[in-house]
Amino acid sequence: MTGMVALYIFMLAAFTGYEVISRVPVILHTPLMSGSNFVHGIVLVGAMVALGAAHTPLEKTIGFIGVLLAAGNAVGGYVVTERMLEMFKSSGRGSGQGRH
Amino acid sequence: MPPWLSADLAIQVSYFVTAVLFIMGLKRMSSPVTARSGILWAGAGMAVATLITFLYPGMSNFALIVPAMLLGAVLAWWSGKRVAMTNMPQMIALYNGMGGGAAAAIAAVELYRGETGGYVTASLAVAGGIIGAVSFSGSAIAFGKLQGLITRSIRFTGQQFLNLLLLAAALVLGALVASQVNATAAAVTGFFLLALLLGVTMTLPIGGADMPVVISLYNALTGLAVGLEGFVLNNAAMIIAGTVVGSAGTLLTQLMARAMNRSLGNVLFSGFGDTGSAASGAVSGSLKPIEAADVGVMLAFANKVIVVPGYGMAVAQAQHKIWELSQLLIDRGVNVRFAIHPVAGRMPGHMNVLLAEAGVPYDLIADLDEINAEFDTADVALIIGANDVVNPVARTDKSSPIYGMPILNADKAKNVIVIKRGSGAGFSGIENALFYLDNTRMLYGDAQKVAAELIQAVKAVG
Repeated sequence: MTGMVALYIFMLAAFTGYEVISRVPVILHTPLMSGSNFVHGIVLVGAMVALGAAHTPLEKTIGFIGVLLAAGNAVGGYVVTERMLEMFKSSGRGSGQGRH
Repeated sequence: MPPWLSADLAIQVSYFVTAVLFIMGLKRMSSPVTARSGILWAGAGMAVATLITFLYPGMSNFALIVPAMLLGAVLAWWSGKRVAMTNMPQMIALYNGMGGGAAAAIAAVELYRGETGGYVTASLAVAGGIIGAVSFSGSAIAFGKLQGLITRSIRFTGQQFLNLLLLAAALVLGALVASQVNATAAAVTGFFLLALLLGVTMTLPIGGADMPVVISLYNALTGLAVGLEGFVLNNAAMIIAGTVVGSAGTLLTQLMARAMNRSLGNVLFSGFGDTGSAASGAVSGSLKPIEAADVGVMLAFANKVIVVPGYGMAVAQAQHKIWELSQLLIDRGVNVRFAIHPVAGRMPGHMNVLLAEAGVPYDLIADLDEINAEFDTADVALIIGANDVVNPVARTDKSSPIYGMPILNADKAKNVIVIKRGSGAGFSGIENALFYLDNTRMLYGDAQKVAAELIQAVKAVG
């Protein structure tokens, strides 16, 4: 990936993030923050690659901590977001989805 | 494996699918109807990306990777399933800090290895490293404050100057590391220690009430750090997911700050947010108590009741009883609505989660803009554990620290009933003028017990 292409990806992704949540109602702010917190748990992939290429004991130790923290971010973020969103129900009027 | 299918192609395609799933998932999460499926989509994306990464060319240390993953996953799963809904904000802060720490760890491994290849990549690693480290230690402090582990906000003169000095020192060391003139292990270590310290000193002076904005900011920063480290590792999934969260998180931070009538600079660089010297005590009148039985009658014969819940209700675990009471009233034909201030609870949207936990349907819940005009026509405004968000002083008293903050106009209702433990001031330590109004009555007691009494009182009306 050349530098310019990377820059374009960065720019487009930034606009996408802004647009995707620009009309979010206040009632979903907490779950959405938690959800976006889960999404940056993708750092797990990078932590795996970094630890996978580590050589010295120092690198391996930091890499181990990195993978551990990243897995915590991803799994914890998922569990709490899912728990919160699972509870949102409408009273049945309008377009509620009846699942619990 | 067919010849055209290499591990590399499989990885690139999987990461592409992951990026699509993340963006669609976030999109679905921004509407209450589809939100639940949104997290499932994003979760599927995460699973795909994690599994395919095991095929990464030249990977070793699997004996370390798998245990680290399992340990982190099990601890997070266990804590995430157990945490009470009231403690959700600090838990999000904790998980977010872990992500920032992981981004910093990636930067550290790459910089210690010294094989980042070129000044540009090394600079990106350094930038992601400092942002990730600040987010890590800052989120840890935010967690400590909201969890009640750190109760004091440490402030002294020259604090901003010290923070600026720390930032400058970290940047100088970072530039040194990135330019690889003197990239000794010691310089890398010093750089990360300074960055971690900066996160601590930046967050310590910020008060508890402002913490949601700070957590949201660190969430955006972690996203940015992940995106930057994605450039270092040439990993498209990280670049896209990190950048999307970085910008979405920035927007969310702005929305939250606006809801609290605070600018971001104000939050970060001024000292409001916990008990200030709020001596604006020009409150006249007296507190007028009332009995639960009388309130029960008042509610039973009302046309319209607006419930204003606050964090105090959640602490008392009264939301289930309040919903039971509301259902009784709805069955009698009373129009019951819940009015939520953007900062009710510990962060915007937190109270909605707490009410959802009790089973309150989200279409009975209205936010500030929707409901404020309706207080004029309400017979009863029932305030439970809310304080600053209904304080009319915010509209009138220019000397008050909460002046200008948008509030719920509960004082416009025909009758105002305030359920409260005792006669103390709110989270901000400011006296509430609403409690002294002529149409206000105080119903003292533990919110859960009072709610149970109200249920009996309404039932007794028959």
